[in-house]
Amino acid sequence: MPQPLASVNDFVVKFANVNGSGSASANRLFARAIQRMGIPATPRNIFPSNIQGLPTWYEVRVSEAGHLGARGGVDLMVAMNPQTWDQDVAAIDAGGYLFFDSTRPIPRSRLREDITLLGLPLTEICNRAYADPRERQLFKNIIYIGALAALLELEIPVVETLLAEQFKGKEKLIAANLHALHLGRDEARAHLPCPIGLTLRRSDGVGDRIFIDGNSAAALGAVYGGATVAAWYPITPSTSVAEAFERYCRRTRIDPATGKNRFAIVQAEDELAAIGMVIGAAWNGARAFTATSGPGISLMQEFLGLAYFAEIPAVIFDVQRGGPSTGMPTRTQQADVLLCAYASHGDTKHVLLFPQDPAESFAFGATAFDLAERLQTPVFVMLDLDIGMNERLCAPFAWDPARRYDRGKVMGFDELESGRDFGRYLDLDEDGIPWRTYPGAHPTRGAFFTRGSSKDRYARYTEAGAAYADNMQRLALKFETARGLVPRPLRHDAPEGSRLGVIYYGSTSPAMDEAADLLAARGTAVDRLRIRAFPFHDDVVAFIREHETVFVVEQNRDAQLRSLLLIEAEIDPARLKRVLHYDGTPITARFIAEAIAEHVALSRIAPLRKATP
Amino acid sequence: MTFLPKPKLHHPELPTNAIGLTRRDYEGAISTLCAGCGHDSISAAIIRACFELALPPHRIAKLSGIGCSSKTPTYFLGQAHGFNSVHGRMPSVLTGANLANRDLIYLGVSGDGDSASIGLGQFAHALRRGVNMVYVVENNGVYGLTKGQFSATSDRGSKSKKGAVNADSPIDLAGLALELGASFVARSFSGDREQLVSLLKAALLHPGAAIIDCISPCVAFNNHAGSTKSYDYVRHHNEAVNRIEVITGREPIAVDYAPGTTVAVTQHDGTVLRLRKLAADYDIEDRSAAINFLESRRREGEIATGLLYVEPGAEDLHTHLGTLETPLNALDEAALCPGADALAAINAALR
Repeated sequence: MPQPLASVNDFVVKFANVNGSGSASANRLFARAIQRMGIPATPRNIFPSNIQGLPTWYEVRVSEAGHLGARGGVDLMVAMNPQTWDQDVAAIDAGGYLFFDSTRPIPRSRLREDITLLGLPLTEICNRAYADPRERQLFKNIIYIGALAALLELEIPVVETLLAEQFKGKEKLIAANLHALHLGRDEARAHLPCPIGLTLRRSDGVGDRIFIDGNSAAALGAVYGGATVAAWYPITPSTSVAEAFERYCRRTRIDPATGKNRFAIVQAEDELAAIGMVIGAAWNGARAFTATSGPGISLMQEFLGLAYFAEIPAVIFDVQRGGPSTGMPTRTQQADVLLCAYASHGDTKHVLLFPQDPAESFAFGATAFDLAERLQTPVFVMLDLDIGMNERLCAPFAWDPARRYDRGKVMGFDELESGRDFGRYLDLDEDGIPWRTYPGAHPTRGAFFTRGSSKDRYARYTEAGAAYADNMQRLALKFETARGLVPRPLRHDAPEGSRLGVIYYGSTSPAMDEAADLLAARGTAVDRLRIRAFPFHDDVVAFIREHETVFVVEQNRDAQLRSLLLIEAEIDPARLKRVLHYDGTPITARFIAEAIAEHVALSRIAPLRKATP
Repeated sequence: MTFLPKPKLHHPELPTNAIGLTRRDYEGAISTLCAGCGHDSISAAIIRACFELALPPHRIAKLSGIGCSSKTPTYFLGQAHGFNSVHGRMPSVLTGANLANRDLIYLGVSGDGDSASIGLGQFAHALRRGVNMVYVVENNGVYGLTKGQFSATSDRGSKSKKGAVNADSPIDLAGLALELGASFVARSFSGDREQLVSLLKAALLHPGAAIIDCISPCVAFNNHAGSTKSYDYVRHHNEAVNRIEVITGREPIAVDYAPGTTVAVTQHDGTVLRLRKLAADYDIEDRSAAINFLESRRREGEIATGLLYVEPGAEDLHTHLGTLETPLNALDEAALCPGADALAAINAALR
């Protein structure tokens, strides 16, 4: 047997559970307790498209160094689901640990020799302690948390505090949970070799960071960004954006004098109606958004073309999931990049923002409204399931009290009254962005007819080729203007610099950051550029030019961002290497590091000079 | 159809309404529809209704989908913002617009292809939500812009211009609207201007979802013998249940009818709709009776017109949502942004 894994504050625990068994809240308690000890810990909920019965996993990455991405591999498996036993046991790293319910004997053939077995008869313990079947199920989860606390030296008082916070006011529940927790701890101490090689030690690695899911953060961004109209249709994994928006609005947007709402939320009949309502509201001067996922974006195509061509602001939160078609509704991917960038028929291009975590989901969630109104066009905030539906440690939300909304170019009554020339599609400022008016602004000036058909600069219907081309060129110029307004890419160069560059975006970021460390430890330095928006900033092209080889790391099969780079920046395809992960699980640091290391090794096969013996 | 620009000269003695505007102030660009198109009569009726109600034209938002009918908002209310959206999706755009600013009057114009085929879902959901609007379906039973295909409101057995016979059951949009919970349901005929103008006025004053299914013959593709949406056919089968007068509170009731022949409906916001009954025992506030009546008329081959149903206590979507009286599009940072201190508290709760 290999040496058992030994590590302080740096390991991966994976829980294998049955969906609907109440395990998620117990597992969350485990992750929260580690964070309260000041140790960065990142949970990932890997769940099926199902309400009850199918396998679900919950992975907790513990990282003193603060790596919040998926690492890959499992150091300790908490195997609570007989359905997935074999694959769960196989997933453990050599030298790792298996914690399991040993009530029923498990044949040796279904175990492994190269891991440490930590069996505790959980069912038997529960049956002894509880009579009610529901209690047996729920407290079994707390019992294993107690056992894990003993095995990993998780501070029991921290867990106790969290339970007290969770069940505040329900003293009976607190007592019952504490009882289960202590039961698990004591059983483990009595029967298992506590502690194991993986241990937790109090740290100050969490700092002032907050813990929240990206969908809630994006919704809060929409509240801060001044959104008043939300129209949506339920779809995994975006549903919680709309739900969180409502929750935050109920807390912060009730008019104190009248008790009435300073917001309107409509659950539409489908995604077509949802985006239609957003466009109608934005046309009429309200900040409006929808939240959806890939199938919803597919349905919204026609309206997105209208918003592009008629120049109406719209904010779309696309929480991406595994495609195509129904695909993998509860798994993550970055596979809507091209769909959103070129949504709808005809020549269209749209602004995309790529937040990396909840903090940026909040920031971009608010900024998207400024951009949409400044540019009078749809703006997509490209989350994915990994960011959207998992809680993550991230920088606290920030808001500058002096910040004012950028409502864009709107002529009001006074400007119209003063006799200023109004033509809806006149490019008065030579930035491609025209001026607009809200309906009802002035009795005799500023009215125009909005349409998806071709028009001249005064919004009059025309099929004249020159007027059509003029309009399309102005739209292209407007997209150029967008390039200077969207969030810039962020660059992290290796200390000595490198001829290897890596481009990545969105939820890949934390895994990529760790992969860079893994590669550096193996002697391969990489420079990194995190793209945060489309259209691409000039810095992106400069970065590619400065590096011999550039890897584009993303979570889809067809290298969609790479394609977008090739098309939009006219890059030589040979310069951009694909690193692609698309099985629906979050990309891991180990996967990226190995893919890049392999490429580097292969490219060294034919050295320019002979290697010295 | 004409390419002549519309003259802007007014006769100096044109009558003005309560806000000092003439009927010409409610007109739009010149129509590009075929001469004799029923839709142009509807545009004219809209102009007259808005003029007579003295509505400020710029406080009306006119929205439409795609098709001949949906082109018409260009031809009336030139000072109002218009939105020619996408096929069958006007209701959602109008709903969103209404959410943003509850102070404007929303006029949705659609056709039978737009509302009964591609847009049937949005038609249904806008009505069941009670969006405060006037929804006019310019119903000619045919696709005009693509030259004569049957639409979903074509009657079974109706003949196309090329001689094909429609085998599918028709969708009765007024009947459907009754089922869906619309609080004002009317049917009219573009050839009966007096009826249409009064129904439009009543609909404009109705504080909820008002639908007028207006039969509007297509002179190019559906005005021949064998069509059940031709001028001749509709004139011969039109059975009006009532005539309506709209009393806004300013005007005294001018005409006296024999007792028992009129009924007054006082709406939520105080406006009174006075109806002169043509069918003696027709109860304007009985939804299920209205559904039965439509069905019985349909069986007889008659087209029931007039105000078929009105719900006096109708409430609209904003009431259901509990939205602020101030239009949402008029709120600024102070009203919308919870601020840095609230954010600090939110951060603290997330640690």
